[in-house]
Amino acid sequence: MANQQPTSGNPRVDIAYRKKKNAEEMRHQVITFALMIFLTLVAFAAVGYADFSGWFVVPFILLLAIVQVIFQLYYFMHMSHKGHENPQLFLFTGVLVGAVTILAFMTVIWW
Amino acid sequence: MSTYAQKKGFGATIWDYLTTVDHKKIAILYLIAGGIFFILGGLEAVFIRIQLAVPDNNFVTAGQYNEILTMHGTTMIFLAAMPLLFAFMNAIMPLQIGARDVAFPFLNSLGFWLFFFGGLFLNLSWFLDGAPDAGWTSYASLSLDSAGHGIDFYALGLQISGAGTLIGGINFLVTIINMRAPGMTYMRMPLFTWSTFVASALILFAFPPLTIGLFFLIFDRMFGSNFFDPTMGGNTILWEHLFWIFGHPEVYILILPAFGIFSEIFATFSRKRLFGYSSMVFATVLIGFLGFMVWAHHMFTTGMGPVANAIFAVATMAIAVPTGIKIFNWLFTMWGGSIKFTTPMLWAVAFIPSFVAGGVTGIMLATAAADYQYHDSYFVVAHFHYVIVGGVVFALLAGTHFYWPKMFGTMLNEFLGKITFWLFLIGFHLTFFIQHFLGLMGMPRRIFTFLKGQGLETGNMISTVGAIFMSIAVIVLLINIVITSVKNEKVGNDPWEDGRTLEWALPSPPPFYNFKQLPLVRGLDAYWIEKMEGKQGMTPAEPLGDIHMPNNSIIPVIMSIGLFIAAFGAMYHNEHSWGIPVLIGGMLITLLSMFFRSVKDDHGFHIHKEDLLEDEDKGGKA
Ligand code: HEM
Ligand SMILES: [Cu+2]
Repeated sequence: MANQQPTSGNPRVDIAYRKKKNAEEMRHQVITFALMIFLTLVAFAAVGYADFSGWFVVPFILLLAIVQVIFQLYYFMHMSHKGHENPQLFLFTGVLVGAVTILAFMTVIWW
Repeated sequence: MSTYAQKKGFGATIWDYLTTVDHKKIAILYLIAGGIFFILGGLEAVFIRIQLAVPDNNFVTAGQYNEILTMHGTTMIFLAAMPLLFAFMNAIMPLQIGARDVAFPFLNSLGFWLFFFGGLFLNLSWFLDGAPDAGWTSYASLSLDSAGHGIDFYALGLQISGAGTLIGGINFLVTIINMRAPGMTYMRMPLFTWSTFVASALILFAFPPLTIGLFFLIFDRMFGSNFFDPTMGGNTILWEHLFWIFGHPEVYILILPAFGIFSEIFATFSRKRLFGYSSMVFATVLIGFLGFMVWAHHMFTTGMGPVANAIFAVATMAIAVPTGIKIFNWLFTMWGGSIKFTTPMLWAVAFIPSFVAGGVTGIMLATAAADYQYHDSYFVVAHFHYVIVGGVVFALLAGTHFYWPKMFGTMLNEFLGKITFWLFLIGFHLTFFIQHFLGLMGMPRRIFTFLKGQGLETGNMISTVGAIFMSIAVIVLLINIVITSVKNEKVGNDPWEDGRTLEWALPSPPPFYNFKQLPLVRGLDAYWIEKMEGKQGMTPAEPLGDIHMPNNSIIPVIMSIGLFIAAFGAMYHNEHSWGIPVLIGGMLITLLSMFFRSVKDDHGFHIHKEDLLEDEDKGGKA
């Protein structure tokens, strides 16, 4: 037998438990998928509806986009699972650094 | 010696190093390449000091001075300090966490070769119409105006080597997260591993802004865009922000691993557990985090306004707190320890006052209102040399002596080591201490000469004398290396006798698979714990079994050469018709080798249990 390098997040859980978990997972994915389609339709509607001003539409669809990203990360890319603490840490740090940069550029350079 | 490393011819050795994916050999490559660039950058520094030794000197022309100054800074930061730190990270970090290699050995080699060809490209500028001359910061209004191809060499060369650094950083992150030996929890990791981890995270977040800035510069200069040209709607300050969002974390990328090396040395030669281990870890992470919030302290005088200046001033001063925690922890580590003044320990002890001096001037500079006086004067030059030389270079020299036996199996001569230390220490303070006062007297930085009768003569002369001391010190070190290598007296696992961490449990140098059986880690200072219980080595965490190893590969070299060629095409495409075909051809070489690497299955090979056993019978401990 070859020796394996140990990796973190390698849970040896039994099959029955995993099956149940997967079914639950599937249900969540279908629900979020439907929600995401719905949100996309809302975004299109907001843009298409002529009476809303740009000052409402742009922040509104940006908000919807953020919600979509969260759905994507947590339900489709399994970030809610155990063993994803490191990716989460790095993702959020990256978001933070990016946000500080954008904030500084908006206020210091271009404002 | 393992049965795999038989005596080889010269050509075979070269081929072995070109294709190697072994972290220990890549470390040696980084050490050699970084060392050569360090000497090159050092020569440039000597030229600078010769030119400034006396007033109205004409050792070099103003134009040549700008080139030498720019290449000195760029070479020292990107091609010497970082690769030399990478050498130690590669050599030691996987051993410290009990891994057989880094997570992606192939990428490790790719990272090195990208750095190497990027650096080579940058330095070829000396022979092909002129080196870059807009300072290592290459501010856009200057660099867009610079004639010739100097700045193009800068932008393209740093882009290539920067990609290598980014790859290296990500590799270290994954290695530390995934490949720790059984029992090696995060809070049992040696401090050098911790600082490698945080520095790699900084690389991950800091290099993308540089990449973007460099791409903008490349497009502006070579492909007709106007990101930084205000007359065309661009913004020249944009470059400064992008550069410093990278640049300030970069100085922490350099200093944190230096802190890590010193932490190991203090604990080892005080023969005591590192004082306040968890606060050290906390301080390292905090410094890394705050390092991203302070970049604009390099731009106080650009007219950002009082609010922005105040915010960045306060954020900058906040970094002094975790830094102070570290200083006190090192002092308390020595307190009551039974100290051995070996060469590495001398460097470590001298580092504390030198670095603190640099930190104090840092706080002075961070006082935005006062910085209007200090900015762009020799005071700033004194500040950053105190932190970079007194911190990073001291650590590199200390690390060279400390880890030399682990990397090469021989011990550098202690007597010569101490001569190097004293010469360098004296030279360092002679050179840079006086520069604080030159700055306060009004000498601006980046000038190629100064006038008589302004009170600057003595200070500059002293500074030049100091540089000579440092040069002699480096020459003594080189002589030491030659003597040691010629004598070739092999040493055992733990040549300093006080090793605490896992790397000292292995032969010097370790066999290419590092650990026959992965060790079981039972606490901080894993090897020390076993030694204190009278054990010979580590307790294995797994039965003896086959070990899976990656195959060597030449593809990283080819990929890097592809980009190297493409860079020439990009640079000359405006004046030569062959530019675009060469650009495309170079990219094709890189892309095709990536494609080849992706479709070809390379499963590596196994070292069989029987061979491992046989190794042992022959007294395989080297
Ligand atoms: C307590 C920590 C530190 C503080 C408060 C600090 C503060 C500053 C400030 C305010 C400047 C800008 C001065 C000016 O241009 O007018 C500066 C420049 C600089 N610092 Fe620091 N610093 C600190 C630590 C470090 C460290 C650890 C390093 C490197 C290892 C470093 C490297 C540099 C460099 C290279 C420059 C000059 C960049 C250039 O203009 O070429 N500093 N520092
Ligand atoms: Cu800074």
